[in-house]
Amino acid sequence: MKKAQDRILKDVTAGEYKYGFYTDIETEKIPRGLSEDVVRLISGKKNEPSWLLDFRLKSYRHWSTMKMPDWANLRIPEINYQDIIYYAAPKQKISHESLDDIDPELKRTFDRLGIPLEEQKHLAGVAVDAVMDSVSVKTTFRETLAELGIIFCSFSEAVREYPDLVKRYMGTVVPYTDNFFASLNSAVFSDGSFCYIPKGVRCPMELSTYFRINAANTGQFERTLLIADEESYVSYLEGCTAPMRDENQLHAAVVEIIAEKRAEVKYSTVQNWYPGDRDGKGGIFNFVTKRGICRGENSRISWAQVETGSAITWKYPSCILKGDNSSGEFYSVAVTNNHQQADTGTKMIHIGKNTKSTIVSKGISAGFGQNSYRGLVKVLKNASNARNFSQCDSLLLGDKCGAHTFPYIEVDNPNAVVEHEATTSKIGEDQIFYCNQRGISTEDAIGLIVNGYAREVINKLPMEFAVEAQKLLQISLEGSVG
Amino acid sequence: MLVIDNLKVNIEGKNILNGISLSVKPGEIHAIMGPNGSGKSTLAAVLAGRNFAEVTEGSVKWFGRDLLEMAPEDRSKEGIFLGFQYPIEIPGVSMVNFLKTALNEHRKHKGLEPLSASDFLKIMREKKELVEIDSKLANRSVNEGFSGGEKKKNEIFQMAMLEPKLAILDETDSGLDIDALRIVANGVNKIRRPDSSVIVITHYQRLLDYIIPDVVHVLYDGRIVKTSGKELAMELEEKGYDWIKKEVDNQV
Repeated sequence: MKKAQDRILKDVTAGEYKYGFYTDIETEKIPRGLSEDVVRLISGKKNEPSWLLDFRLKSYRHWSTMKMPDWANLRIPEINYQDIIYYAAPKQKISHESLDDIDPELKRTFDRLGIPLEEQKHLAGVAVDAVMDSVSVKTTFRETLAELGIIFCSFSEAVREYPDLVKRYMGTVVPYTDNFFASLNSAVFSDGSFCYIPKGVRCPMELSTYFRINAANTGQFERTLLIADEESYVSYLEGCTAPMRDENQLHAAVVEIIAEKRAEVKYSTVQNWYPGDRDGKGGIFNFVTKRGICRGENSRISWAQVETGSAITWKYPSCILKGDNSSGEFYSVAVTNNHQQADTGTKMIHIGKNTKSTIVSKGISAGFGQNSYRGLVKVLKNASNARNFSQCDSLLLGDKCGAHTFPYIEVDNPNAVVEHEATTSKIGEDQIFYCNQRGISTEDAIGLIVNGYAREVINKLPMEFAVEAQKLLQISLEGSVG
Repeated sequence: MLVIDNLKVNIEGKNILNGISLSVKPGEIHAIMGPNGSGKSTLAAVLAGRNFAEVTEGSVKWFGRDLLEMAPEDRSKEGIFLGFQYPIEIPGVSMVNFLKTALNEHRKHKGLEPLSASDFLKIMREKKELVEIDSKLANRSVNEGFSGGEKKKNEIFQMAMLEPKLAILDETDSGLDIDALRIVANGVNKIRRPDSSVIVITHYQRLLDYIIPDVVHVLYDGRIVKTSGKELAMELEEKGYDWIKKEVDNQV
């Protein structure tokens, strides 16, 4: 464990955006643009059953009637949806059976990203589904997990091998009509991860998906479906990176989580998509819909996210607290440096009795970055004794950035207790000087202070990733002061 | 080791230091006393490299090097420590993490490997005893929620960890009760090696009962107006600063 930590530390301290390389690999792409034919083409490429094609077409038709939302506190350049390539796949025979079938160039790419596809080389206790552009490349530790009845595979395989499960749950938490980007995803999603934890099983390792955008002019539209059956437990995490390019690229994902009776799901994200350059050129548009439902009583869903990348982030990982005594948590650190913009937060919908939610959001703005917290706490009529605690803190570095808070509270039950606390602070020169005087450079001092500020959230991440997240925070703020 | 020559400093156009000359040799203890507003804390801050004052004239040499050209963190790593009059709080950063980062920066500067966690904690335990600091404080965030006395003890604890060649203690005695004063002062004495030096900045003589100075300087109106042995501190305690002010004003 110690060694792994050191390695990550060394890796991540190396430079600015060190994942900005491009893998020159033969890629199969479909023509630019979106139409019913393109939807059929994608579905055909994946040999999908007709029920799934129908779902896609329904979504596409619905999406065609929608307009991009404009309520977020973001300046989004116009996106030409006919100029995007909706499917790109590294050209190779996809076989998840043997590593020998994987293009060595692809293997090297994931090695460089610190995600070796060989199981024996990987961090102990983490199973990985590696996704590049539109397809899953390799899922590790599948056999080990299968012995416990855990299904962990790419979404495409799940459609082939576990169609009943996919059919039963897909779209139940995020319906295809949910919002503009979710509808788009439902029409064109290409791959992603699928995970099912059977009744009473505690998943013995961290499950993770690593998303990589590689091809140019493409969008990535993955879908993750995670089902925790009664009394099960799983900790899941995702990481994301992309090459440095001058043009923006769209990433519109959907994540759905279902937690049955007494199940517990922890979902952690370390989002490090290419943020664009210092002048705000290029970078990923990260427009993501993530939602979990605590269906069963006493179930629990916990989101933890460290968002340092992307030119623009629009995402609100949410919990629907349907089961009595269920609880939802949202812990977030979002950094906007240079010209990055983020409008992020959560929704906690209290439906069941004695439901509890906790929101801890830490925004950090530097450079010309604009950071908004947007959160909804909604207590329905029958949710007696619902409890919510929200804390939204903003940290400003410099005087050209901005921090904004948009809390929405709707309470229909008189027994509910909802608390909201908010603070805004700046890193003081006296704090930096105090560190300097003890031998710590200004850059390191900022890292230390920012990590201290974000500690409550970082502590929620699995250990290996907490170390990575700490370093990421520091790197993404490099050059933001002085 | 430290040679200050005719140092003139102004803050926002106002002259605060008007030509200070002072030289400190290894092993010496200097006390700088003086009424409020005489420039004592400014001198300490300028030596530590706080970037708020403009040096208009004079020089400061540290082992022959131009100290004023050095970044504050390099001054620290080269052995200058400032005990803050008002220690700063850093929420969320534990003392352990803070000091480990600082100490390893110092070690890197000397070409040494970083300390392992267990070695570091061992050193920390030893040094904690020197200043009788509560173990719990080490796990709390830097100075956050510390009482006035705890903050001052914590400064001396950090001094113990970093083993400076020169410690500048800026009114470390202010806000301390008699017991805390004794602990802090004894801590300083225990930490000090024969060749390390201390500049004690204080209003009162009582700290100097414990940390016995070789030289006492009186700072008034941005100048050192009197330099003498430790008996000067006693005299000031008895007679106050007015007689010195008069002396100086009469000369002008």
